[in-house]
Amino acid sequence: MVHTSLDVVDEKISAMGKALVDQRELYLGLLYPTEDYKVYGYVTNSKVKFVMVVDSSNPALRDNEIRSMFRKLHNSYTDVMCNPFYNPGDRIQSRAFDSMVTSMMIQVC
Amino acid sequence: MEAAAAAAAGTGCGPGSPLLLSDGEQQCYSELFARCAGTASGGPGSGPPEAARAAPGAATAAAGPVADLFRASQLPAETLHQITELCGAKRVGYFGPTQFYVALKLIAAAQSGLPVRIESIKCELPLPRFMISKTEGEIRFGNSAELHGTKVQIPYVISEKNTFKRMDDEDKQQETQSPTMSPLASPPSSPPHYQRVPLSHGYSKLRSSTEQMHPAPYEARQPLVQPEGSSSGSQGAKPPRHQASLIRSFSVEREPQDNNSNYPEEPWRITEEQREYYVNQFRSLQPDPGSFISGSVAKNFFTKSKLSIPELSYIWELSDADCDGALTLPEFCAAFHLIVARKNGYPLPDTLPPTLQPEYLQAAFPKTKWECTLFDSYSDSMPANQQPHDLNWMEKLSINDMTDFPVPTQDMTGNDKQALKSTTDEALPKDMSENPATPKESNSLKARPRSRSYSSTSIEEAMKRGEDPPTPPPRPQKTHSRASSLDLNKVFQPSVPATKSGLLPPPPALPPRPCPSQSEQGFEAELHPQLSRAPSQAAESSPTKKDIPYSQPPSKPIRRKLRPENQAAENQEPSATAGGPASAATVKPHPTVQKQSSKQKKAIQTAIRKNKEANAVLARLNSELQQQLKEVHQERIALENQLEQLRPVTVL
Repeated sequence: MVHTSLDVVDEKISAMGKALVDQRELYLGLLYPTEDYKVYGYVTNSKVKFVMVVDSSNPALRDNEIRSMFRKLHNSYTDVMCNPFYNPGDRIQSRAFDSMVTSMMIQVC
Repeated sequence: MEAAAAAAAGTGCGPGSPLLLSDGEQQCYSELFARCAGTASGGPGSGPPEAARAAPGAATAAAGPVADLFRASQLPAETLHQITELCGAKRVGYFGPTQFYVALKLIAAAQSGLPVRIESIKCELPLPRFMISKTEGEIRFGNSAELHGTKVQIPYVISEKNTFKRMDDEDKQQETQSPTMSPLASPPSSPPHYQRVPLSHGYSKLRSSTEQMHPAPYEARQPLVQPEGSSSGSQGAKPPRHQASLIRSFSVEREPQDNNSNYPEEPWRITEEQREYYVNQFRSLQPDPGSFISGSVAKNFFTKSKLSIPELSYIWELSDADCDGALTLPEFCAAFHLIVARKNGYPLPDTLPPTLQPEYLQAAFPKTKWECTLFDSYSDSMPANQQPHDLNWMEKLSINDMTDFPVPTQDMTGNDKQALKSTTDEALPKDMSENPATPKESNSLKARPRSRSYSSTSIEEAMKRGEDPPTPPPRPQKTHSRASSLDLNKVFQPSVPATKSGLLPPPPALPPRPCPSQSEQGFEAELHPQLSRAPSQAAESSPTKKDIPYSQPPSKPIRRKLRPENQAAENQEPSATAGGPASAATVKPHPTVQKQSSKQKKAIQTAIRKNKEANAVLARLNSELQQQLKEVHQERIALENQLEQLRPVTVL
């Protein structure tokens, strides 16, 4: 299901012909009848895509919250990138990054 | 309220499961509990009601001492919170015996690495460990009892936080006061200090070495561990001592005789020689010490250390505090130090130890930068200045808990500090270091020689084992260095095809000598003694010796692993080049070298630099040639294949 969402992201990206100024694309379209989850996508200027999947159990998270989460994610990601030993494409093993992500997830729950 | 509390204490069931304690545990826990309760009960009437209730024996431990005890266990704050919640103290609002025992059991579990759960207490666990301290007799209750009194009724967690905060504030206050002020005499701020100090003293267990990483932030909170061991009992008598005790929270690690439990802290403190070495390395990468090293440059450099990429990545994360992808000088030193430590077997910490924080290191740098050359003279004559600087610095960090770091304390103007860094831009470290400088000096002086020698020996031994310390042992002759470049070229070509699969410093090839082959041979022989080598090895194959030190500093982190590789390389090389007689030849120059080495030390050092440069050039050359080699190999393989294909044709 993540892969299908990636396909949708690609569609959207190719659709945005103009410069990728608009960083945020929050689309709640992928809501299957059986699996009640929402997928949020976020693209950075370097075409790195963040996909966030949330259960629709909470009263749906507000748009702003999602955006702020993506922003934090983006910041942590750039910190990870700063590490010259990190090869883009590897699994991220940064502890700071992991702790940030888990704290974010906990706070949502 | 008292009655209700008493009743609750009587029933006292925290988590609801029966608490099974072994005899040893029972004894230990009841003793600890008595201490916690006893301290509370010793307070004046305004103390907590629980304290008054302490007589019947169904006492409760006041939040303050219990908080100190828990902190002494060096568990992270979240774990302690979890424990207090689990044991039920939060719910009932105080620590009854049951809650206390459960909490202790959970602490033991956490210290053993088990998850903090109710089930953990059912296991057989070792006794929980707390930092050693002494002097319970010095407890002053005065306002401290008030402190506890007001807090006990509140849910434990909050009270714990309050006590922390209050104590931190009081720490700060304490610090701003003149050190000569008797803690006994001083009003509210001191008794809580005292309270904290003796309480942590009261709980004495050895700290396991596995907790070495945690202690760092926790020692920050602890007033101290053990100032010079034995004499802590006289704490009351010596006002400066109290201050010293605060300072000692980090200085303790430098005092070997304390309980050996602080030794693990040692690796995170950079000695002066190490710092100089790191600075030199930094300069070799980036001429301007004030600027920074870019990520890729640093990456190449640290990759030479042969640590795994994830580890290097982790070290980078720890040391690059501002996450800018570049390392400033303090960041670089921290990273280098972590790498060295890791190579010597120390596990990497979870967070950057306070002694490696950029702010801490930054303070020392102006000194090293400006007084690099002077420092050698200083190092002997004024170890005091450095040590109190470190000690005071650490004390400041500990007291302020690193969050209130820029506490402007202009009170003490230390003479020694000013002597060293009169024009330092860092007002902050100066102030801080000056603070307890004068009064502490007597105490720290005692500690200093010990600690310095200890730390220096411990780290240096470790480093010497692995690689030569920043000051490579002065060795053999200049002749090598001078002629090196010429000989290198000559030597290099024949030697390259033979080996060096990616070995960084090509010492084998670097044989500066009259006979390149001779040196290689000698080098090979050298490799074995190299490990245990002390400067006394001037006698050994001199020609190669020169190279060894040279090649070592640049590849300091690599050294250990590199040597066996070198050995392998060397084994191949001599076979390719020199023969047996070379080794005989190397023996002869030895006696003569011995006589000359003493004279040529200075010249050697300058020659060292040249060789380092040559090393770098050669390394590059090496890699290029290696690539060529690979290509040539591939061609050869292709040709051989073709030959094979053609052969049947011709045969037929």
